[in-house]
Amino acid sequence: MLLAAAYKWDFALVLSYTHLWVKGLGVTLAYSVGTVLGGLIIGVVCGMLLLARRKWITLPVHFYVEIFRCTPLLVQIVWFYYALPIVLQVELPDWFAAGLGLTLYMGAFATEIFRGGIISIDKGQWQASRALGMTGAELMRHIILPQATKRMVPPFVNQSIIQLKNTSLLYVVAIPDLMYTGSIIVSDTFRPLEVYTSVAIAYFVILYPLTIWAARLEARVDQ
Amino acid sequence: MINSGVMVKVEGLRKSYGTVEAVRGVSLEVRRGEVVVMIGPSGCGKSTFLRCINLLEEPSAGTLQVGDRRIDFGVRQSMPHGRDLARFRARIGMVFQQFDLFPHMTALHNVMAGPVIVKKLDKPEAEKIARSLLAKVGMAELADRFPRNLSGGQQQRVAIARAMAMAPEIMLFDEVTSALDPELVGEVLDVMKQLAADGTTMIVVTHEIAFARDVADQVVVLDAGQVVEQGPAEEVLLRPRNQRTVSFLSRFHSTIGERRA
Repeated sequence: MLLAAAYKWDFALVLSYTHLWVKGLGVTLAYSVGTVLGGLIIGVVCGMLLLARRKWITLPVHFYVEIFRCTPLLVQIVWFYYALPIVLQVELPDWFAAGLGLTLYMGAFATEIFRGGIISIDKGQWQASRALGMTGAELMRHIILPQATKRMVPPFVNQSIIQLKNTSLLYVVAIPDLMYTGSIIVSDTFRPLEVYTSVAIAYFVILYPLTIWAARLEARVDQ
Repeated sequence: MINSGVMVKVEGLRKSYGTVEAVRGVSLEVRRGEVVVMIGPSGCGKSTFLRCINLLEEPSAGTLQVGDRRIDFGVRQSMPHGRDLARFRARIGMVFQQFDLFPHMTALHNVMAGPVIVKKLDKPEAEKIARSLLAKVGMAELADRFPRNLSGGQQQRVAIARAMAMAPEIMLFDEVTSALDPELVGEVLDVMKQLAADGTTMIVVTHEIAFARDVADQVVVLDAGQVVEQGPAEEVLLRPRNQRTVSFLSRFHSTIGERRA
């Protein structure tokens, strides 16, 4: 108790590493945007594939999705960073290998979000479009997707928020994001409490507005 | 060469789902401008039969001819695909029990959807067609409303206009008044009567026996996937010969008598 009372918080020292903080923030944002966009592309492609009727198309996609949904992200990141280059016998750039696990993880969830959005559209919409003489591409583009994307956006934003936090796991492969930057500053200042509190505040400041935005989107879709 | 007066010719059409056969060899000929009403107990296969005509369902056997396009089903699969199938369906209008309007489009844009998306018509041209059809079904005033702001009867009238916008050679109606509140049934039936009077070729699946009596040129009674009776409306409805027709109609006879009086 005595020790706790005696602790003197010193944020000034920790925050004086401005240059490092800014760089760390930049890395976190870059990986967030990059892996979310990569995941989105994977999600659209794989989500479309899941709509196919042929088992040999859908089965591998399901397999991919379940592998990434049912294993820890930390393991995925480590595995793609260290094991994949060995398995494939190729040299991958560090920044790429580090982001691969995160991207595929996001892609797995985006696939489910995309598929869920499409199949949530009433069967009557499909039959009415077909009855008018629309081809599969026409009815997808003009009838199904305009309705489905509206429903996909809120879960996708939610998953992106989770993804931004998940980039903190990159610190295990020494990518200098916010989290890793924090650990460097800790080793320099021996001020872990101030450092990790600052890290937490930084994530909160970025994410809180996003969650409010997501809630608004959801309300709009519900109308 | 097909008789020029015949729009639709179906021969020995069958449709099975696994071991269940929903349509068991139905034949039907519909001439230009003719109104055919199909009645029968629930689950008798009349909706399935209708959905086979525009290939929303793939028939298991039989032949189907719409206009000059003839398709044989059965031994060798000949179900059209892709653009070919879409083009086949574009010539046939269909209206559904649940309306199935596109909720992200106004009534006007629902009606324009076929001409614009399928026929690639200019928007102004499509709008002209759409507005005149909406006027015809009494929906001109509400053209800019979204489906969620329309009553069931209004939605169904828009759905009829949407199908008519493709200038189909034949219109299919699949229990289009079954999901409506009783007081809204009349406005939809009136639109259909008008279409019939204009010479539209129609196949109507319905439980509205009075409509069949007033509008149908030909009534077909289906039971357990087979035609049990077929002929002019007066004959089939008022002097049915088949026992199953008699028992099916007995539930409606009070209605027929009532409206006749």
